[in-house]
This record gives sequence, C-alpha cells and structure tokens, in this order.
Amino acid sequence: MTIKKMIPIWFFVGGLLTIYGVLILAAGVHEYSLPRDSTVAMPNLHLQIWWGIGLLILGITYLARFRPGR
Amino acid sequence: MPVFSALEFTGTIGGQLMSLSSTDLTIIVLYFILVLGLGAYLRKFTSSGDDFFMAGREMTAWIAGLSFISANLGSLEMMGYAALTYQYGILAAHAYWIGAIPAVLFLSLVMLPFYYICKTHSVPGYLQLRFGEATRSLSAISFAVMTILMSGINMYSMAVIMKVILGWNIHFSIWISSLTVALYVMGGGLLSAIFNEVLQFMLIWLGCLVIPIAGLIETGGWSGMVQRISRNFPGQDFTHMWRTLGSFADNPMGVHWTGIVFGWGLAISFGYWTTDFLVVQRVMAAKDLRSAQMGTIIGGFFKMMVPLIVIVPGLLALAVLPFKLVPESMASVPGAHTYNEALPLMLSRYCGPGLLGLGVTALIAGFMSGMAGNISAFATVWTYDIYKPLIRKQATDTHYVSMGRWCSLLGVIVSIGTAYLVMNFSSIIVYAQTIFVFFIVPMFGTVIFGMMWKRTTPAAGFWGLFAGITVSLLLWLWVKMDPSAIRYVAFSSHAKDMAENVYRAMWSLMANVLVTIIVTGFTKPKPEEELQGLVYGLTQVPSMAQLPIFKRPVTWAAAVGVGFILLNIWFW
Repeated sequence: MTIKKMIPIWFFVGGLLTIYGVLILAAGVHEYSLPRDSTVAMPNLHLQIWWGIGLLILGITYLARFRPGR
Repeated sequence: MPVFSALEFTGTIGGQLMSLSSTDLTIIVLYFILVLGLGAYLRKFTSSGDDFFMAGREMTAWIAGLSFISANLGSLEMMGYAALTYQYGILAAHAYWIGAIPAVLFLSLVMLPFYYICKTHSVPGYLQLRFGEATRSLSAISFAVMTILMSGINMYSMAVIMKVILGWNIHFSIWISSLTVALYVMGGGLLSAIFNEVLQFMLIWLGCLVIPIAGLIETGGWSGMVQRISRNFPGQDFTHMWRTLGSFADNPMGVHWTGIVFGWGLAISFGYWTTDFLVVQRVMAAKDLRSAQMGTIIGGFFKMMVPLIVIVPGLLALAVLPFKLVPESMASVPGAHTYNEALPLMLSRYCGPGLLGLGVTALIAGFMSGMAGNISAFATVWTYDIYKPLIRKQATDTHYVSMGRWCSLLGVIVSIGTAYLVMNFSSIIVYAQTIFVFFIVPMFGTVIFGMMWKRTTPAAGFWGLFAGITVSLLLWLWVKMDPSAIRYVAFSSHAKDMAENVYRAMWSLMANVLVTIIVTGFTKPKPEEELQGLVYGLTQVPSMAQLPIFKRPVTWAAAVGVGFILLNIWFW
C-alpha cells in the first residue's frame, strides 16, 4: 500500500462540505424569503445563511487544494 | 474516556425532541453514502496485515492526530459530558484538561518511542515482548471483552438517543449504524476507520460549533452567561474549576482536589490515554516516530479545545433553558427532560432546517467514530494477541487479514447482541463503564514499570496487573454491597459516583505499584539483551536535535502545556 496513490481524504471532506454548504445555504435563503414563526432562538441571526456560506468556502478551498493530480 | 455513570438510560422515553426536514434527511443520507463509499474505495489498498491492522504505518501527523482524538470523541462522550456539565458545572472540563493533556503529552514524548521502536501491533503486544505471554493474554482478553461490551452499550445508548431526539425506531438505529461501521471497517480495516474518523472529526466540530457561538451571542458573552447561571442557581458555583475543590462538601461533584489530581489526572487519565489501545493504535499507524509524536500533540491540542463544543453547551443549558433538567430516574415524569438531553436541547434551540441535519450528523458521526475505534482495535487485538498466539500460531499473512475482516463483522454482531442484552438490563451500562475504566488503570502501572525500570520481572508484570484489576473490582463490589463504605474508598460520605471512581482508580494503581515492586524483589529479571528497544536506558531513541526548533515535538508539547496551564488559571 502507498498512501501517495490515494485520493487525499481532504478532497472527500471538501466535496461533502461543499454539498452541505449549498444545502444549508439554500435552506437558510428559503427561510429568509418565507418568514414564518420560527422554532429557533434568535431567528434574526440567520445562522443557516452564514454557516452555509462558511461551509461552502471551506469545502471549495479543500477541493481546490487537494484535488487529485495537483 | 468513557463517561462514568452519567449516561444511564432507564428506557423510559417521552416524546421526540425535534423533527427533521427533507434537507436534514438529505444531509444525513449523504453522510452514510460517503462513509460507505470511502470503505469500498479503500479496500483495494489493504492487502497485507500491516495495511489492514496498522494502515500501512503511512499516516501523516495530522491524519493520525485527528483520528486519535476522533476515536475518543464519541457521541456519548459529547452528550455525556454536556450532561455532566449541567450536573457539576465546569468541573466536568477536568476530563479534557488535567484528565487528558498531561497524559497525552507524556504519551507523545516518553512512551511512544518505545511503542514505535519495538514495532509491535498493539499494547498487549508490547506487554508480550516485555513480560511474556501470560501478561499479554490477561491484558488482551480483558481488553477484547470490555471493548465489545462498551461497543454494544454505546450502540444501545445511541439508539435510545435517536429515539429520544428524532423518534427513530431503536432496532432501525442499531442495525443501520452498526452495519455501516462493519462494512467500512471490514473493507479497509484501520485505514478506513482512520480516514472516516478524519471526516467525522470535521463534521463533529462543524455540526456542534454553532451552539457555543449562538449561545454566547444570546447570553451576551461569557460574563453574561455566568450572570444568568448565578441568577438561575443562586448560591451554587458552576463556573470555577479549582476554587471549590478545597472541601468535599463545597462542590456539586463531592470531590477534593486530591481526587482530581491523583485519581483523575494521574491514575485514570494516564491509564486511558497511554495504554488504551483504542486511541494508541491511531498514532502507532503514523509514518515515522516524529509524525506519531506530533500527531499525539495535535490530538492533545484539539482535546483541550473540545470543552468549547461540549462543556459550553452544558453551561449554556444552565443559563438559558426556561426549565430545569432532571436525572434519568425522573425521565417518566410527563414533560420532563433529562440531563442527557442537554446537548440535543441546545441543538434544537439554535439550529433550523439544514443546520439541524448537520448537528444530528455530527452526533451520528461521533457514534460511528467511537464504534469504529472499538471494532478496529478489537480486530487487531483478537487477531494478533489472542488468535495468533493461542489458537493458530502458523498461518499466512493473508489468513490473518481475512481473520481481521471477519472478526470486524463478528465484533459488530456480538456488540449488537450486547446492545440487546443491555436493553433488558439497563443498569449494566453504569457498571460496565466503571469496570472498563478500571481494567485500563492498572495496565498503565504495568506498562510504565516495564518501560522505565529494567529490573521489573515478568512475574511482577503479571501479578501487578492482576492485583490492580482485582483490587478495583473488590472495592467496587464493596461499595455496591455496602454504600456506606464510600467514606473509606473515597474519604468522604459526600462523594458522588464520579468522585468514587477517581479514588478507586488511585487505590487500583497503588495496588499495582506495590505488588509489582514486591514481586520484582523476589523474582528473576530478564537479561538485558532481551530488553533492547523495550526499556529506558537500553533503547536508542532517535534524536530530534538536528531538526529546527519549530519542527521538534518537544516544542509543540511545551506550547500545548503552556495553553493547558493558562486555561486552568483563567477558569480557576
């Protein structure tokens, strides 16, 4: 076995975080555009939007930095 | 380290805490697909015994370190310590600081060179080289039994959590989660477990970090949170780590600082972090000694930071929840929420659709990383320390790899059986966690004597280990049969379960030390030529002096050590 021949684990992490970022950001935008009685504390913080953007940036960074063949 | 007696599930379950949206479910399903895909992808890279059981010994410091800490950071660990924080306040953070950091740094700088240089596959393997077959067999069998028992208990507890939080069927949770772990560990062995643990580490942090951030915004920062706790619980100190430890009666845990320092910080902590193969295996898979040492220090750094996502949510629960949480014994009261629900309650308080899915995925990831740790360590110890020396000495490497794959599956199936056993006898959870801790405490005494004192004899190694285990079990039985005995075992009738555990650990280690020294005095040591590479003074440890100072493990260990001291002073 040689680890050098493998796709780095960070690439998979990046892929998952990117998809999660998109999903959470979309959920946040949806909540923002259709205001209703929120079940969470401090809904005006719009945590999903900020968290989604953060995950997206982190995920894309990992994808670019650890893409196979780089 | 297992949560002592905090997580006792009585099986009485009220309505579910939260419901998931389609986005949340998509996030959870994607996680399962990825871990299974990783297991399938990594299978082709594991053909030899070293690949399957030691991940080819090619891991970088970062991967080994994150895996090292992730295997310890199970979901029960997270939820259990958030629950303990609700009960005992910030005292629970001792598990992450004095109960971990000194031992982790000691492992990195002092013990790892011996584990690494002798090229053993496991901690019982080291004991075989140092003390012989009898000591290896005693430690391997007790480790294997306890690992599987703990794995089943964790599995059941996780299923109960999923039932409480999401209303999921207990059998569904047990089978889906455990078979997923079995599939990816069977496929890629330790390599697959380690890679998945790195992924799980990221998810645990990203899923749980939202709670302290949102919570501290809501309370107006740390001082605002402390003020709210004081208002909600007048006359009680939940936010200082040391100043209430001068007397057993002054703190909610009923413990004295001597118990925290010598019982928790020395006996339990060093036993777990330096000799429990579940965590040590991860750093033994590093590509060289420096990576193993640096990986341990990286793991130690993140362990020191874990209170942010575990202890702070517990404190926030004390500050912001409009109702008081209750012990498990009162779980059947309508509308009551138990201590163990502290973390899920905070998750549902701050996380809307999407974020909730990420938080639940973090809990599932925590469960899987803990279980994969148990199963991969069990597979190695079973194959190399029980099957190979006791059942089939001569076989090909391929045969042992095949045995490792099948016993990973077997380990999961036995764990499922244990989970169903626990379902009928829920009090086993409390007892087994206590017993588990005390199997590994005396092991530390035996290993450290073996490494540091060349005079220690094989007979002393065996009888010291045996005495430590026996004393801990007898003390435990004594208190179970006569609860008033707690005043002798833990020096105070105020002592709670956790205080009792830390003092019993002290007694266990003392018995081990005493018997080891006495038996050594009356028996014959091994010749020095047989101790090369195993004992201090007879082992050539590679020097790091030629490296730049910022690349030396000792530099980073010192930095983590300073951080540890500052945190304790800050929260004194």
